[in-house]
Amino acid sequence: MSLPITPSQTVGPFLAIVLPWPDGPFVVPEGTAGAITITGQVFDGAGQPVTDALIETWQADPDSRFDHPDDPRGAARPAAAGFRGFGRCPTDASGQYRIVTLRPGSLPCPAGGTEAPHLDVSVFSRGLLDRVVTRIYFPDQAEANAADPVLSAIGDQARRGTLIASAVPGGEPGQFRFDIRLRGDRETVFFDV
Amino acid sequence: MTADPHGTGQHGVASGGLILPRYERPDGVHPPLNSPEYRSSQLRAPAQPLVPMPQWLTEVTGPLLGAERVTAADSDLTTRHPGEPLGERIIVTGRVLDSGGRPVPDTLVEIWQANSAGRYAHRVDDHPAPLDPNFDGAGRCLTDADGRYRFVTVKPGAYPWRNHLNAWRPAHIHFSLFGRAFTQRLVTQMYFPGDPLFAQDPIFNSVPDPKARERMIARFELSLTEPDWALGFEWDIVLRGPSATVFETQEDA
Repeated sequence: MSLPITPSQTVGPFLAIVLPWPDGPFVVPEGTAGAITITGQVFDGAGQPVTDALIETWQADPDSRFDHPDDPRGAARPAAAGFRGFGRCPTDASGQYRIVTLRPGSLPCPAGGTEAPHLDVSVFSRGLLDRVVTRIYFPDQAEANAADPVLSAIGDQARRGTLIASAVPGGEPGQFRFDIRLRGDRETVFFDV
Repeated sequence: MTADPHGTGQHGVASGGLILPRYERPDGVHPPLNSPEYRSSQLRAPAQPLVPMPQWLTEVTGPLLGAERVTAADSDLTTRHPGEPLGERIIVTGRVLDSGGRPVPDTLVEIWQANSAGRYAHRVDDHPAPLDPNFDGAGRCLTDADGRYRFVTVKPGAYPWRNHLNAWRPAHIHFSLFGRAFTQRLVTQMYFPGDPLFAQDPIFNSVPDPKARERMIARFELSLTEPDWALGFEWDIVLRGPSATVFETQEDA
């Protein structure tokens, strides 16, 4: 049996009625040992902050595992209590979001090779008729990033760089920044998944 | 990329690689991100083409959000306030399926909508229609073992917006769905049959295929209608399904 799928429609301007959760930004509870913070702003094609977007993240745990039955290595409970793998944060009046999580481990690729530590990201907002998907990689994983097949497939070095978070200048270790530019100058790479 | 006989072994995977489900790519179903008639897309839709991405471990897994996100009261939008909301009481139910026809059980469904006057309970909505103190427009539920969801609510009103002169959104309910994999995540809108506003709505018409547009329209169903109480509408949602399990070869990667 094959059923035709349901089309996507925009989240519109009122997603905040139900989609944000109080604990949404916390992939792990605040104060978890080794927690990192990823903050960033979402910008439109005019360089203006997008103040009505929703960012969602999904990632492996620090041991490179997923608590999910479709992982052929087996579902694995994360070692860190309360690790959900999933984060969700609306952007605020300055277009900013914030996710508190643990660093994901690297992942084996089906045909060999290794994916560098990354988070998959969905961006939803008014003006987007479907979510757009991107990835966050880490700036201190240069060697792993260089070997990552998804990053390597992006020929343009500058575009590839839009997927790599930066360390917050003067910030504590584990504080990262990842801005998302939906369109235009330094447009973030978005994926067809 | 070369085969790496050691790279996967440390994760306890037999040599030969990982066997992953592969999710159908719904070419031509979703609206193009660049849909100029929907004005908000002009500054927000990416100008660069999307880059193809393989479906690997992060993509074929996803959050399995469960009962802890939902209470029984969350699926009835008419009983959470001191009084009853104004408007036509409706039951909206259907199944969440994948494109293989398999039900998606225990998956979180989130909805939001305007009240019966066409006004959202949101500070940004300045449409001069009344707010309803007995309606917030937010609903959540988990699908049952057959993939079925069910909400009790009121029929949302149409409302004007500023996309073009005399632009009105057809009545709709926003739906957010997870499925079980990152690839299945879907946010969409459910419409009501026979709405005269379809023809002028650039969001509804952003879906290029007329048959696909029809799949966003619920069906009035007399058998779901409860006598002397509420009208029944049925709407099934179909997410991308996994094809038969396949081994991703190097060429696919």
